[in-house]
Amino acid sequence: MAVQKQESALFHRPQALEPVRMHYCPGCTHGIVHRLVAEVMDELELAERAVGVAPVGCAVFAYNYFTCDMIEAAHGRAPAVATGVKRVRPDLFTFTYQGDGDLASIGIAETIHAAARAENISIVFINNAVYGMTGGQMAPTTLPGMVTSTTPYGREAKAAGNPIRVCELLAALDGPAYLARVAVTDPRRVRESKQGIRKAFQAQLKGLGFALVEVLSTCPTRWGMRPQDALDWLEEHMVPYYPLREFVVSEDLRGST
Amino acid sequence: MRPSTETISSSSEGANAGAESDTAVAVPRGTRILMRGNEALAQAAIDAGCRAFFGYPITPQNQVPDYFARHMPKVGGVFLQAESEVAAINMVYGAAAAGARVMTASSSPGISLKQEGISYLAQSELPCVIVNIMRGGSGLGNIAPAQADYFQSVKGGGHGDYRTLVLAPWSVQELYGLTREAFEMADRYRNPVLVVGDALLGQMMEPIVVPEEVVDPASLPRKRWATDGAKGRHRNIVNSLYIKASDLEEVNLRINARYEEAAKREVRVAEERLEDAEFALVAYGTAARVAVTATEEAREEGLRVGLLRPISLYPFPAGEIASLADRVKAILVAELSLGQFVEDVRLAVAGRCPVHLLGRSGGVVITPREVVEALRRLVDETRG
Repeated sequence: MAVQKQESALFHRPQALEPVRMHYCPGCTHGIVHRLVAEVMDELELAERAVGVAPVGCAVFAYNYFTCDMIEAAHGRAPAVATGVKRVRPDLFTFTYQGDGDLASIGIAETIHAAARAENISIVFINNAVYGMTGGQMAPTTLPGMVTSTTPYGREAKAAGNPIRVCELLAALDGPAYLARVAVTDPRRVRESKQGIRKAFQAQLKGLGFALVEVLSTCPTRWGMRPQDALDWLEEHMVPYYPLREFVVSEDLRGST
Repeated sequence: MRPSTETISSSSEGANAGAESDTAVAVPRGTRILMRGNEALAQAAIDAGCRAFFGYPITPQNQVPDYFARHMPKVGGVFLQAESEVAAINMVYGAAAAGARVMTASSSPGISLKQEGISYLAQSELPCVIVNIMRGGSGLGNIAPAQADYFQSVKGGGHGDYRTLVLAPWSVQELYGLTREAFEMADRYRNPVLVVGDALLGQMMEPIVVPEEVVDPASLPRKRWATDGAKGRHRNIVNSLYIKASDLEEVNLRINARYEEAAKREVRVAEERLEDAEFALVAYGTAARVAVTATEEAREEGLRVGLLRPISLYPFPAGEIASLADRVKAILVAELSLGQFVEDVRLAVAGRCPVHLLGRSGGVVITPREVVEALRRLVDETRG
């Protein structure tokens, strides 16, 4: 019996990703999230009218990786930059891609006010509980007791403050149309993460207002762990502190995929 | 408090209520009208085709955002009160990146907060217009007229190897004209342009003539570098990060070449009574208004005095000042700070003649009498 051999690729590089080598460390989950963003851009056919805003931090070079127009923002200011783009060109699709130091520390005012204004932008927020680019310092989301280069004896609330739960904080506002926390620890969760990003993008396309997806991510380099151990650590320590769920889903977003 | 949600027309609108059109807003054109400085510059922005303003309240420039809040909706433009000066300048950054003519305005402490964003705008080669209605400083200072932000304005202000182009009007008419011109310069040099006034210029009302012709934003050429959707072209990137030192230097040299071009084309000065002057006053903005009055008074007292008034502060009129220094016996600089502008005058003069300073600080405005007395001392010393 002749078996017809027809090769067909089942897994492609998304069109919205540039065919370039990324600078991220081995085991870092930024690459996964970039891919998810690009897949959603492809599916929603956004690349030709998207303007992405890159942060300061490990994802600073994100502008090199997407095929859409990109702006590199000052540290923490991406939501304000995206606001400027969206207000003068509402026909464009505008997203920011920010880390925890960028979004929840130096840029938390811009984040909160963009959310309160129901600014029609989408934010992909990477929470890996540490400053990667600058050398592993404490982030606003660093867990209690967690050792970083600036909390060498472990983060103690009395001296170094408490972590910020961004989704819970923003959920108190009337502005957000979509808020969700996801994680990229296993294939099922990666698929859920993609759904979250998709809804956050659709919220903007439907004109519903501010949308943010918080992605719990790993930083094996700064956590000092092997990639698999980092994923396990995230599951064991971060997920209990930062529960995975949808916090706000606009009525007009329900049922859409 | 204004609890009503009904439309409230301002005093400046009252005279021509109902005369609203798409591009011209409600202001009589081609005839002398009375207008406040802050409102004139805002109208100038709209007439220059600017359809986006992002700002934050601070005295003494509050009539600027108020004016945009009232009038931008009528022309389909964007007015947004940002959560901070920092956010406002970064909204400007985003709007400029998307190709829009865009503006922000503030006053001294607020301009300090914007410096980070201005540095990014300059390094990313983005055009925009920034108005600083200066007040007394440092710190919170006060809300009186001052020129103490001179260094910050012309020497860069934020971190890095850049300049802002700086225009210094001295009247409401010039606030209008130079603000309009600032948008053209910003696009020409792909650089932030700063218009510096002060509490006096911003707050006072003067007769001005608003010209008939306005810029239709739709008529402006598309900016090929703008991040406005990569349809039918490769992506555009607006960025200020260059990891390789030689790459960054290359960009900085390109930007610097534009400053050199601006130095050739954009130097502006005005002169009063310099033809036969033995002594010269050099002053800009509000200090120049005082100085021109002092010039007349000093002439009546028999002193042959004239005034050179820089209108562009960067590029600085160094050549004009140097040639003036060759013609006069001494120069008196009058400025509303304790000695900032005078440093650039001295650099330009380069020892050709003595340069003296009459500076008042903290929001104290120099009087014409003080200037005449300082001139008399200068004359005595020079002859002594």
